[in-house]
Amino acid sequence: MTATTQQQTGTTVMTNVEAVRTTLHDALVRDDRVLIMGEDVGARGNVFLITKGFLEEFGPQRIIDTPLAEASIVGVAIGMAMEGLRPIAEIQFADFIYPAFNQIVGEAAKTRYRSNGDYTCPMVIRTPYGGGVRGALSHSVSIEALFYHVPGLTILAPSTPADIKGLLNAAIECPDPVLFLEHKKTYRSVKGEVPGGYYTIPIGKADVKKAGTDVTVVSYGYNLHQALAAANRLQSDGVSVEVIDLRSIRPMDKTTILDSVRKTRKLLIIHEDNKFGGIGAEISAMVAEEALFDLDAPIRRLAGPDVPAMGYALPLEEEFLISTDEMVHAMRDMATF
Amino acid sequence: MPKTTATRGRELDRAGLSDEQLVAMLRNMLLQRQLDNRGFQLNRQGKIPFALGSEGHEAVQAGAAMAFKRGADVLVPYYRDLGLALGVGMTAFEILSSLFGRVTDRSMGRQFPNHYTNSELGVLSISSIIAGHCTHAVGVAAAFKYRGDAGRAVLCSTGEGASSQGEWHESVNYAAVHALPMIFLVENNEWAISTPQDLQMKVANVADKAPAYGLPGAVCDGFSPIATYVTVHEALERARSGGGPSIVEAKCYRYLSHSTDDDDRTYRSRETIEEHRKLDPVPRFEQVLLEAGVIDEARVKALKQDVLRETNEATDAAEAQPYPTPESLYTNVVAGDYRPWQEFHP
Repeated sequence: MTATTQQQTGTTVMTNVEAVRTTLHDALVRDDRVLIMGEDVGARGNVFLITKGFLEEFGPQRIIDTPLAEASIVGVAIGMAMEGLRPIAEIQFADFIYPAFNQIVGEAAKTRYRSNGDYTCPMVIRTPYGGGVRGALSHSVSIEALFYHVPGLTILAPSTPADIKGLLNAAIECPDPVLFLEHKKTYRSVKGEVPGGYYTIPIGKADVKKAGTDVTVVSYGYNLHQALAAANRLQSDGVSVEVIDLRSIRPMDKTTILDSVRKTRKLLIIHEDNKFGGIGAEISAMVAEEALFDLDAPIRRLAGPDVPAMGYALPLEEEFLISTDEMVHAMRDMATF
Repeated sequence: MPKTTATRGRELDRAGLSDEQLVAMLRNMLLQRQLDNRGFQLNRQGKIPFALGSEGHEAVQAGAAMAFKRGADVLVPYYRDLGLALGVGMTAFEILSSLFGRVTDRSMGRQFPNHYTNSELGVLSISSIIAGHCTHAVGVAAAFKYRGDAGRAVLCSTGEGASSQGEWHESVNYAAVHALPMIFLVENNEWAISTPQDLQMKVANVADKAPAYGLPGAVCDGFSPIATYVTVHEALERARSGGGPSIVEAKCYRYLSHSTDDDDRTYRSRETIEEHRKLDPVPRFEQVLLEAGVIDEARVKALKQDVLRETNEATDAAEAQPYPTPESLYTNVVAGDYRPWQEFHP
């Protein structure tokens, strides 16, 4: 699980899961207010082995195997945060976060507001989300749209190791509660260079992962990597696609999206979460309000279907998820509209 | 097994409390009663939109607050804890600022009345969601233990209805597993709005649940501030000295409707309330102190006048304060200036 390649530039090549692990490890070393708490984060080292060895290194006072109860994992972390610690609470799978909904929406997100700043809630809730790993109905969901309606909450969903490190550091530094989403299919399938040393990436700032001129694609999560692959495929056909990695879902980056859309005049939004009421709806509305007359084509969304979740059987998972071929198709359609 | 402590007759078992402390508890109870009445009066006069009474809880709260160590302990109250708030140092002016929704309220008029916050006094901000705050109390106690803060404990209070919530169970269980320095004070007034205790639980006492968590549970006479003080003091001392958490249940009663928006005639008889009125803790404790010679009639009269004066002055002072500005609606969502759509200017 340690970094695989040390390069002369001071960067290290690692997977997404390694980026989460090393960033958490460094935070524990750096700041003794930081604690990790959740189900099976101790001896087991988390179900994805993210915290493997942490218990031995930092002890049970800082790496806390909690009772199996999500509401109190988040609720106890809120109390710790209100009392000055910097807890990192883990929800084992995003699908298990529902019992903690009240604590996140009703309590954490409102602590600063309801006390007018007398109390604050600087904490991080980390959770793996997303499908494509045969996780069926309760180990595959995307939860971002359920929470992005909530003022007071910050929601981050970085997709590359370098962004994970910078944004997880920013989340731990953040004086307010952060929901930190890690797409589990990217954990071991995505690798990249990560700068050495401590750094943060500003919350709320998107990143242009590929520059282009014909179509703007806004995405995040595993879909982002598929969108990049699709865009690269189209490059040889002379179709130039700009791919924006949203990275931060609340707040969202208006400037980067509008600058790109005003250049390409076409917007395609891609996300795994359900289309109806999803993140794409808010982006579409913003662009329609701000840049309707700069557009040369209707805004288009590729997103999860309106069914409760993806099934366990392979065809049910594949039917739910957006394929790279579908993305190529949609991008080409948009470019030639 | 739960145990019961109680004051008996004229032989005042003062539990080590000085005359000054006993009178302070009586004054707290008188002030609670006066402020409760004021809240309902102001509501009926159309001056405030909402008030919530603690009438019947005065002894529990005066006694528990006396066991609270100011500057060390943290209070995580629920919404019927006027006497606890006063007892740990909040003022009548703060209470009335909240009732009027004025700028001098610490939440700046955001919170419902009785949803206190005071980080300087160690009163944690709460929401209205029943038992959600219990998990936060556990977190504060966990922070005490993690940092090795010696001699500190968390006092977390609820009504008996809260013990039906999953988060109450999760909190008690978590605190027990990690042997945290805190107590769960249950102010059992028999009613959760209109739902009586026998529709909340099968057991006679919430404290009966304690053994299932591997914790001590105690039941005390919540109509007696001394009995409550003794039980809460013992539990807090145990928590402060590393002995872990426990459940303390104080039996009391809710004399008023749930709030100014409730009408209890729709679900309970007047006779039941009259029967419980005989136990009214305020005149009862006054009598106890008179009979024990701790105070005399003149002192009681002076106390009542002083409490009325304080309430009147606080009412006038709070009412004279301005409302928060409409612009204040937008502040303190998160640190700094917050917009869900971020703009970056090069």
